[in-house]
Amino acid sequence: MSMRTVVPVITLLVGLAVAPLAADARDDAKKQVQFGISVAQKSLWREAIFWWERATKVDPTYAAAHNNLAIAYEHEGDLAKARAAYEKALELEPNNAMIKQNYELFKEINDRTTRKTGQ
Amino acid sequence: MTARHARLASSLGALLLAAACTSSYEIQIETPIRPKLDVGAFQRVLVAGFLAGGTEDVDGNLETTRLLRSQLRTKSELRVIDSDVLPLMDVASDAKATDSGQQPPAAAPIKEQKDLEPFEHVFANVEYWKKIGEEYQQPLIVTGTVMFTPLQKNQLVQREQEVYDSFGRRRVIPVRSYQERKGFSLDGRFIFIDGRSGATLHSETFAEQVLYSPNQTTPALSSYFELMDRLIPSFLSTLSSQKIKGTRILLQ
Repeated sequence: MSMRTVVPVITLLVGLAVAPLAADARDDAKKQVQFGISVAQKSLWREAIFWWERATKVDPTYAAAHNNLAIAYEHEGDLAKARAAYEKALELEPNNAMIKQNYELFKEINDRTTRKTGQ
Repeated sequence: MTARHARLASSLGALLLAAACTSSYEIQIETPIRPKLDVGAFQRVLVAGFLAGGTEDVDGNLETTRLLRSQLRTKSELRVIDSDVLPLMDVASDAKATDSGQQPPAAAPIKEQKDLEPFEHVFANVEYWKKIGEEYQQPLIVTGTVMFTPLQKNQLVQREQEVYDSFGRRRVIPVRSYQERKGFSLDGRFIFIDGRSGATLHSETFAEQVLYSPNQTTPALSSYFELMDRLIPSFLSTLSSQKIKGTRILLQ
């Protein structure tokens, strides 16, 4: 078997092996995100943060988890962490209109707290 | 079906699929904003008075002092001291005259921000503020400048105009034109002074304006309150923690 044949075969095999893992990670993260949503709807924001932080560790490419985490940080008044989480979510999904809208609203509040301050 | 139609249908399908896969939930949040200034050392606040100028229809010193006192009474944990409003312009003039050994200058109209500059040295007079602090049991002192002036600007406005083509068909087209608009501007500075030492702890500048359409008549005092309404949240957030309500979208 020549190298020209071996390389695509190996690539295919690695791809086939990794794809289910990535899909598993996303499924797992989705469950945690859903659980976070259900507790956030009961105003249990700290618990929601726990689940969404876990989801971002399980699947760091899951924009929804970062978006939700940003909202929870905002609710807890941790504006620096909220900004970082929104920016990560937008980095992953730059065209997501809902994340963009959340971020714009967040920036409005953040700017209000820091504007026109002297001394 | 052409290739273009097929492509369009498949993109639409992908979009619908993406929308179906992404669930979203609207949720109410309350963002707590920590105060910009640590006022833990004070139990009382004295809104002393302001250097004010601009239109004669509104007494910027009196109205600003009254408004801030009433806001602090309801939205801050500090006890608000009721006292006469300090005539800061006179205090500043007298202090300058004493320093130079001359009679105080005749009161000139204060029409713009730079007219207030010769009086602003009063804020740096540590001894004066320390004395005021001693008189009122060392509170946090709020003072500053307020310039409320009439404003006139040409603004590009868009209105809709009906037009009829040669067949008598009606169309509405947007027409842009410059229109002279009148209103007011509110500029100045809030200054927070430590009543124990007379030193300035924090200061915050502000600038707001409002313009009305030519057929709208708004009294100066109404405009003043409209502009102050915009400044109050920022002012209060300097002294006490605030919660800002909002709506966000959770995604799955």
